[in-house]
Amino acid sequence: MTNVLNIARYELRRIFLSPLAWAVLAIVQFIMGFVFINLLVEYAANAGMGNDQFGVSDYIGGSLYGFATILLLLVMPLMTMRLFAEERKSNSLTLLFSAPVSLTEIVLGKFAGLLGFIGVVILLMALMPLALNWSTDLDWGRIVAGLLGLFLLMMSFGAAGLFVSSCTREPTIAAVGSFGLLLVVWLLNILAYNDSIPFKELFGYLSLIDHYESLRRGVFDTADAIYYVLFSALFLSLTVLRLDMERN
Amino acid sequence: MDSEVLIEARGLTRRYGPTVAVETLDLTLRKGEILGLLGPNGAGKSTTMKMLTGNLAPSDGETRIKGVSLREEPKAAKRHLGYLPEQPPVYPELTVDEYLRYCAGLHGVAKADRDAAVDSAKRDCGLGDVGHRLVGNLSKGYQQRVGIAQAIIHRPPVVILDEPTVGLDPIQIREIRKLIKDLGANHSVILSSHILPEIQAVCSRVMIIARGRVVYNESIDATRGSGVGAITLGLRRPPEVSALQGIVGVRRVRAIEPGRFHIEHEDKADPREALAEAAARGNWGLYELSAQARTLEEIFVELTSGDEQRAGDIEKEAA
Repeated sequence: MTNVLNIARYELRRIFLSPLAWAVLAIVQFIMGFVFINLLVEYAANAGMGNDQFGVSDYIGGSLYGFATILLLLVMPLMTMRLFAEERKSNSLTLLFSAPVSLTEIVLGKFAGLLGFIGVVILLMALMPLALNWSTDLDWGRIVAGLLGLFLLMMSFGAAGLFVSSCTREPTIAAVGSFGLLLVVWLLNILAYNDSIPFKELFGYLSLIDHYESLRRGVFDTADAIYYVLFSALFLSLTVLRLDMERN
Repeated sequence: MDSEVLIEARGLTRRYGPTVAVETLDLTLRKGEILGLLGPNGAGKSTTMKMLTGNLAPSDGETRIKGVSLREEPKAAKRHLGYLPEQPPVYPELTVDEYLRYCAGLHGVAKADRDAAVDSAKRDCGLGDVGHRLVGNLSKGYQQRVGIAQAIIHRPPVVILDEPTVGLDPIQIREIRKLIKDLGANHSVILSSHILPEIQAVCSRVMIIARGRVVYNESIDATRGSGVGAITLGLRRPPEVSALQGIVGVRRVRAIEPGRFHIEHEDKADPREALAEAAARGNWGLYELSAQARTLEEIFVELTSGDEQRAGDIEKEAA
């Protein structure tokens, strides 16, 4: 456990020592801010329409975080591409392989470091609705559900990206590969709308994004959370297997 | 030679597809030894070291480190090892202090002892002044030292260094060699190189690997013990060859150019003193008398010649 924490701490530190993390955070925040203000203006314009069913929290929790999923799908592969690929390219992976730590500890350590970065993204996402807290009543439960969903979604993106990164020594290939992988799993729900396909419900269930829908609407379903946890665990164990293969 | 055995490798074999990089290699490292692994490029030195450090699983055979099996209990076995691969495994974005502290933590140095461990490793490797600098901004020689510091930071009984002086300038090479010799006082070291004088200068035992097999494994004294090599003699006023031939201990004389002779001597004999005396007596104008101490090189060439083609193949395969 101490090994995992130690690796995680330095991984997080190295993520934030690279300009990439700061650039990604800045651009994500800029785009999200742009969308946020747009949504606010739109909401204000429609405020007099007397629709009680649709409050400001729905706007933020629903539309803003719904948009964020697409942006994060684009951005997470960039954050995960370096984790193993770059270390392999610069030969620093040997340091971890010759140290008295197990492969599971290495993978969990790197993943935990990445979770730290994801936490920062979530914090920035929470700041926008927080800015409204003093001027209106927000349904925080709903927003927290949305943020939790985003966290689980990014965790899954991160685990898949970590696995792809462990398969190659070129960070750019890792980025393209994990983007492709995530998009395919995301788009599995297209199949669910096609009646001619057998087991279409299964594909809908496997899709990454369908499980976010209810969380986005403020409904916390344990099944959805477990889906993301299992998805991450699957890819983390695949990463361990992949690294073990490398020695053989 | 009954001191504690630290590394015991039996029948190590590594195949890359149909190519056999290392074949049934046995290796024993005792406490206080500096073992030099010598071999032409692609002979299997790096592969052997990767297997000894658990970076590569052997196709066959087993390694025990301080009696702990590297396959069955990798974590316990690796605790006794420090390894510097060919490329120092450094993170350019960290400072030397941060990096070494991380390595200390990885190798299980307790939190309270980490500062002391970093300081002493820095002192040993001559890194005292660069602790706050980024590893990526250091010269190749300093990065190499950081790599060595990383390998010794947890004071392992065994330090394994893969070509530690590659790409360094002559002064840095001398410093690193001195460092390795100093390390030998407290740690056992395995060192690979294809530079013969380096092995001769620092190692206490030599192991020559060719075509993935051990072809020579003797203490360094044995390589020196075979005495001086051929003698080169330079005379301003040379006598007849037969006059040189008559000197005790001389087996054969060959004139290289007018006034310079290549002299082979009898086994276990050293005719240099006799040659000098004869030259003084006969007023031959002695200006050069040197024995070529190239016995290790001769052994090396003899055992590994004809390897180049095959070595190239293996290297390609490994890459």
